[in-house]
Amino acid sequence: MSVKEEAKNLLGKGMDGVLFYQMKDGSAIPHLFTSKDIDEMPDVREIPDSERYPLSDILSKLLMRFSSAKFGIVARGCDERAIIELEKHQQIDTSRVSLIGFACSPELAKICSCSKPYTESLADEMNEAQEISRGIESVERMSTPARLGFWLSNFSVCVKCMGCRNICPLCFCKECSLQDEDLVESGVLPPSIPTFHLLRAIDMAGRCVMCGLCEEACPAGIPLRTLYGKVSEIVREELGYVPGTRGVKSPLEELGSSVGSDDDLKS
Amino acid sequence: MIDEEMVDYRTVPTVCPYCGAGCGMLLEVCSGEVIGVLPMKGHPSSKGSLCAKGWSSPEFLKSSNRLAKAILREEGEEKEVSLESALGLVVENLNRVLEKYGPEAVGFISSARCTNEENYLLEKFARTFAKTNNIDHCARL
Ligand code: SF4
Ligand code: SF4
Repeated sequence: MSVKEEAKNLLGKGMDGVLFYQMKDGSAIPHLFTSKDIDEMPDVREIPDSERYPLSDILSKLLMRFSSAKFGIVARGCDERAIIELEKHQQIDTSRVSLIGFACSPELAKICSCSKPYTESLADEMNEAQEISRGIESVERMSTPARLGFWLSNFSVCVKCMGCRNICPLCFCKECSLQDEDLVESGVLPPSIPTFHLLRAIDMAGRCVMCGLCEEACPAGIPLRTLYGKVSEIVREELGYVPGTRGVKSPLEELGSSVGSDDDLKS
Repeated sequence: MIDEEMVDYRTVPTVCPYCGAGCGMLLEVCSGEVIGVLPMKGHPSSKGSLCAKGWSSPEFLKSSNRLAKAILREEGEEKEVSLESALGLVVENLNRVLEKYGPEAVGFISSARCTNEENYLLEKFARTFAKTNNIDHCARL
């Protein structure tokens, strides 16, 4: 069944809209389809590989804005991982979401260095996930001074557009540490080296689902996924956690739960 | 299912208004209200990136400091006028000065916040209609 047929079924079952892409002048742009325009929903193969957007983040915004509506979403592997992770941080109420999954083209999976370019519903049909390099090894092979130089020269070309933060589906905080005057001085370019980039890397630890949207949006061409990939590697090795995995508690979920509550502090 | 009229989200391709580079952006529109911006991935020149100004452009859309109406200053007094009458006044005075003093007496100032195409049009207007080379832009500070 095509995703359009599946989306029609969801609308028939009372969903208010299905989020995917609309084709406009040859480009794919995010769009919420309703029963009025569902016939215009394109097939997944029509979506150019280079045109991915943070659909999970858009879904989160829609759920908050339309607080009783139900939505479907046509999702890639990285969209699904982001949705799973966002739910753990109470940013998405999945009881109001139905997911139609699809697999990315092998070409895109390669460009993204994605180890799971499909949704869980398709996992059985897919080949065993491959361990994929994110450029971490080549950076780690450098001598310490060379590696330091590599990162410092990359950080020095940052134009502080905030694109990496803005496009990231997992960056949902209302107050952003990157805008904290005590940490990152405002009005200075490049932004505080290396604080700005390390702050974001630390914030992404245990959250980053390796969608690569930040790296794609960076006008300075900084290998952000290599940086966040390394931080993720540490979280995986030390805490055994891979963000975007269903049924596993995030080590960050402990924050804000009973651990460290005011009562604990008093006793 | 909730009221269908209410649930609406679309993205509208447009050009960033901040400078002449003309990066492609998508305005995120929810039931007629702009709620955000995304860099346009398929854009031939900006290729899915925006600068700090482009990313924050929706912020000024609803700013109360924006000049939303034409304002005429007469003898130091400012008053709101319709766009039609403001443009009429410009045409009238432009023609009057051109007739009386010739093309060298008028000049045009374009803007770095217009698109490349809009600046081109003003340049054409200056040279072909007013027949003057007196054209400059606000970025020459
Ligand atoms: S790859 Fe970048 S945009 Fe995607 S989740 Fe990780 S930090 Fe966010
Ligand atoms: S997207 Fe790139 S240039 Fe922009 S703030 Fe992030 S790292 Fe810096």
